[in-house]
Order: sequence, then structure tokens, then C-alpha cells
Amino acid sequence: MATYEPVLLANIGRENSHTREVYEQTGGYQALRKSLAMSQLDVTEQVKQSGLRGRGGAGFPTGLKWTFLPKDHPGPIYFCLNADESEPGTFNNRILMEDDPHQVIEGLIISCYATRATTAYIYLRFEYPKAYRRLQAAIDECYAAGYLGQNILGSGYSLDIYLHRGAAAYICGEETGLIESLEGKRAWPRIKPPFPAVEGAFRKPTVVNNVETAACVRHIMEKGVEWFRGMGVQPDPSNPRDPGSLGPKLYCLSGHVERPGCYEAPLGITVRQLIDEYGGGVWKGRQAKAVVPGGISMGLLGPDELDCPLDFAGPGKYGCLGLGTAAVVVMDDTVSIVDYLHNSARFFAHESCGQCTPCREGTSWALKILSRIKAGRGRLIDLQLLLEIGDGIGIIPGSTICGLSDGAAWPLKNAIRKFRGEFEEYIRKSNPSGYNNTEPVPAMPMESVH
Amino acid sequence: MSTERVLTDQMVAEIKAYFPRYPNRQAVTLPALHIVNEHLRHVPLQAVVEVAELLGLAPAQVQDTLSFYGFFKQDAPGGETRAWVCRSLSCALRGGEEVLEHMCKRLGVRPGETTADGKLTLEFGECLGACEYAPCMLAGEELHTCLDESTADKFIDSMRSSS
Ligand SMILES: Cc1cc2nc3c(=O)[nH]c(=O)nc-3n(C[C@H](O)[C@H](O)[C@H](O)COP(=O)(O)O)c2cc1C
Ligand code: SF4
Repeated sequence: MATYEPVLLANIGRENSHTREVYEQTGGYQALRKSLAMSQLDVTEQVKQSGLRGRGGAGFPTGLKWTFLPKDHPGPIYFCLNADESEPGTFNNRILMEDDPHQVIEGLIISCYATRATTAYIYLRFEYPKAYRRLQAAIDECYAAGYLGQNILGSGYSLDIYLHRGAAAYICGEETGLIESLEGKRAWPRIKPPFPAVEGAFRKPTVVNNVETAACVRHIMEKGVEWFRGMGVQPDPSNPRDPGSLGPKLYCLSGHVERPGCYEAPLGITVRQLIDEYGGGVWKGRQAKAVVPGGISMGLLGPDELDCPLDFAGPGKYGCLGLGTAAVVVMDDTVSIVDYLHNSARFFAHESCGQCTPCREGTSWALKILSRIKAGRGRLIDLQLLLEIGDGIGIIPGSTICGLSDGAAWPLKNAIRKFRGEFEEYIRKSNPSGYNNTEPVPAMPMESVH
Repeated sequence: MSTERVLTDQMVAEIKAYFPRYPNRQAVTLPALHIVNEHLRHVPLQAVVEVAELLGLAPAQVQDTLSFYGFFKQDAPGGETRAWVCRSLSCALRGGEEVLEHMCKRLGVRPGETTADGKLTLEFGECLGACEYAPCMLAGEELHTCLDESTADKFIDSMRSSS
């Protein structure tokens, strides 16, 4: 792994890496020229052949998603670049947009060309002001260079890209919440189907892709399908439906490590490799007690699960929800898992959009119960209540509209099932006279969630 | 209630500049709210009414969208600078909540409140997407990284002495 040369991060750290001039010095916009010389179907076919899976969290095959667009649609077709990046622990999109915005935009233009989109919106979270400035400057440079606007590079293809800023709501990252928000409404995710490819923004066919996905598209078109398929985890030959985990990935590493940061590696390195070989190990010479494998929504790995491979299938084998955003958060052996779970529950109670009762009520009850446990008024029976919430909310059990609630559920389920002893001990010690109580208890005065 | 108009000609022009970007005007809701908020540091109800008029919507539609996002304050203008201290996991593991508590004490405010001199509104934020620099704070357009009590103090002092 040590010999791997970063591709997505190749320009990061170069002086003026955000300018078109520097970007073009390293081959920038050659992939666009090459793509425009191909048919739109051929570009889609290349992306399909590459095996690229979306980097935004769900890992859906990108080329396949594009083929869901209705054929011969009169248009317009819209493209939404998902730059809402708000999954706790995740910051790779930010680095790409701030320090190499042209890479993102080149990938976006190619993706729009392949999907016949004529307008693209970059839905950017509000808290990324530097990315906003850098992207806008890059877009302006592209119009000046003829990479955007009418008749791009004489190809006959025309495209406009607009930046659209969010307003600090995690749910706007969910693709249909994003679309509702773009349309000027509250960001309530839609029931699917219809999927956005059929009926998305402004009721037109729409593709939503992540920033890193677009960056990968740029490199696939430049370096080819074989290059991309040459790294990562190959599809399981005995399972024709397994797309594998191919290509490079940007891993975000934070928490209790010596060198937090964004590291590029072929998909499939293990948690331990990421921490030790890239992150310089757990900080202060301590041991890892628990690790979030892919943004807090994905749940929790215990100390004996650090050989978990970080590919699309890996975390699932350890009871986690999935690879998510591949954002790894490390907790050392001084961390209280009660505190971790309270922090996670507070996030989801704050960010639930409130549309589905099981999610709205479940996340806020989980927080109330955890606040009470934390304050020394927990009962052993509360663990059962928390698991009931965890098992009951989400698309997977079928009770809610979007995946936010699955993301709220997984930390509850993993933490309590993998660290049950610690929760029980905490409750016994902090509430010696009441831990066995099964009577209803008065609610705690709530801390402010909002 | 006064019905004096609050949207200036400049704000209206800025909002209208967004019209060609979208196939309908409702999509200009968020950009419009951001524009008003940048100028007034809040979005009073009268501004909602005027934005709705510009966009051809019922005021309730704009108000509905506004109220979905905790981002836009309506009652009174926020401080000259708005600062969000991250309280999500990566920052919490490196002392983010303690920094926020320390700043609250020093400034005499609770999260969400504005200092008496009107210079700073201090808020908690959820993950600011800068976890490699935990704990962090976004103040206006500037990201403050790897905070501790002393760097937080320096920031507070620089706010106080700014004119
Ligand atoms: C609650 C929630 C939040 C999400 N946030 C993001 C996000 O910030 N960025 C992102 O790209 N995808 C996010 N997603 C996934 C999107 O719904 C969608 O799958 C993705 O943008 C598709 O792009 P991709 O195929 O390139 O990964 C989120 C999903 C859920 C359920
Ligand atoms: S699951 Fe939660 S966040 Fe998703 S739509 Fe329902 S209430 Fe909203």
C-alpha cells in the first residue's frame, strides 16, 4: 500500500492547486476533451464498465444509475452534485472542493454530458464558505475558457452549473431531501419510487451524485477502465450481483489518532492499516477501544474488530450498516461509550426532519433516555428500550422514509450489543438505588437539542 | 405592526439575479433568505412577506421553508459575527464541548445567544466537516482549527477589540 500514488489528492498541496492554470499543467480538462469526442452513451458505458460505485454513502453503481434516466426524454434533465457533506467525521469533499475544485468540475461536466443534463446544481452546505468561493471562481474560469456555457469546446453540447447553498441541515444530503430543498421547500425526503432519475428536481429526470464520485469519473475517463478496475476489491466471482469495491477511495481519519487527515488508498484497506500506517497509530500510545467505520451513521466496531476491511462489503460483516462515507473516527481506551452514544443520539435527534413519527419520536426518546442514563438516573431496562428504538426505526425495518433513521439506529444497536457490559456497569454504579427500577420515571429536564 | 418595507432595492436586485438560474421562482427561496440574512443578520416576518411577493408565493410557503432550517433567526439581528463551535463526535473527542462551555462562560452567553455588545453570536454547530482539525469553530467565513481554551480566548479578545 505504501507504494500507492494518490490520484484524487495528487494536486493537493501544490501551490495554487485551485486555479485552472495549475490544474491544466497536470493534464486537467484532457478527460473532458476526450469525453466530448465520444458519444454520450459510450461515456456512460465506460463509467459502467469501471465498476464505480457512488462515494456519497450508499455505494450505488454510478453508471447503472445513469442508465435509469428515461431514454429519449425531451429534457431538461438535471444534475445535482451532492456537496452537502454533513455526515459526522467526513471532510473529503471539502478538501477536493477547496484545493482542487477543477477536478470536481471537470468530473461534473463529463457526468452531465453523459447523462444529457443541461443544468447542474451544486448543492453546497452553507458551512463551507471557502469551498463556495473556490468553486465559484473555478466555474467562472470554466465559462471564460469555453468549458461551460453554450457549445462547449465546439461539441454542440451546452451546460450551465450553478452553486446552491444549503442552510445547515444534515437531511439536505439525502438525495430527495436535497431536491426538495433545492426547490425551495422544507427538506422532507420523498417516498421512493419514483426515483430521482425518473422524477427528480422540478419533476424532471435528475441524477444526484457525490463530489468524490464526480472526481472519480474524471480519472476513469482519463486513465481508463482497466486502471480503475485494477485496484480495490474485485467482485466475488461466485456472486454475479456483487459489483465489488473498485478504485481509489478518500478515507477520512479523525478522533484519537496521531495524524488525523484525509488519506487516499485503494478500496479495501483495513481499519488497522488506516490507523497505524496512515494515521500514525492511536494517539498518546493508547489502545483503540471503539471505531466508527464510515461516519457515525454506520455504527461502531469494537476493539477486536479492527481488521475490518474498509470496502463496501466490509463493515457489514461486522454488524455495521456499511462503508458509508469511509470516515473513520477512533476512540481511545479512556472514552466512555455512554458519552459516545449520547453524542450520536443528540446529533440524530437534532437532525431528524420530523416527517416520520418513528424517526422523530424515536430519535428524541433515545436522546432523553441517554441523557437520563448519563446523569446517573439510568435503569437496566432502559437498554431494552433503546434497543427497541434501534430495531424499530429505519428503512430496513420499513418504518420510515429515509435512511437517516437507519443511521440513528445503528449506533444504538452496535454500541449496546457490543458494549453491553459497560452500559450495565455504568448504570449500576451511577444509580445504585434505582438501577433495577422498572417503574416509569419522570423525564429529565431536557437539555436543548435545537 | 409596521409595514415599512425592509427589502432594499439592492436586496431585490440581488434576489432577482437568481431568477434565470431556476425553472421556477420558488427555488429562489433559499438564495433569497440568504441574501436578506446577509444584509439584516436575521429575516423578520415582513421580509418573508416581501420575498413571497417577489417569488409569487404565499408568505406561509416562504415561512414554512424558513422555519424548517434553524439557521435563520427572525426575532432580532444576530451579532456582527456568527460563530459555530462544533459539538459532533470528532470534535467532542478532542475537547470541543469544553471549548464551547469555556467560551460561553467568558462571554456570558448560552449557545444561540448574542453578546451584550452585539459583536458575537455564539452557537453550537453539528459536524463542520473539518474533523482533521478538531476541535474547530467556524466564525463568519473563517475556520478556526485545533482550538483550546487559550486560542478561544485569543479569538474572544480579537472580537472584543474589533471596532
Ligand atoms: C440522511 C442522509 C444524508 C446523506 N448525506 C449525504 C451527503 O451529505 N452527501 C452525499 O453525497 N450523499 C449523502 N447521502 C446519500 C445520498 O442520498 C445519495 O445516495 C448520494 O448523494 C448519491 O450519490 P453517489 O451515488 O455518488 O454516492 C445521504 C443519505 C442520507 C440518508
Ligand atoms: S426517516 Fe427521519 S429524517 Fe428521514 S424522512 Fe423520516 S423523519 Fe425525516
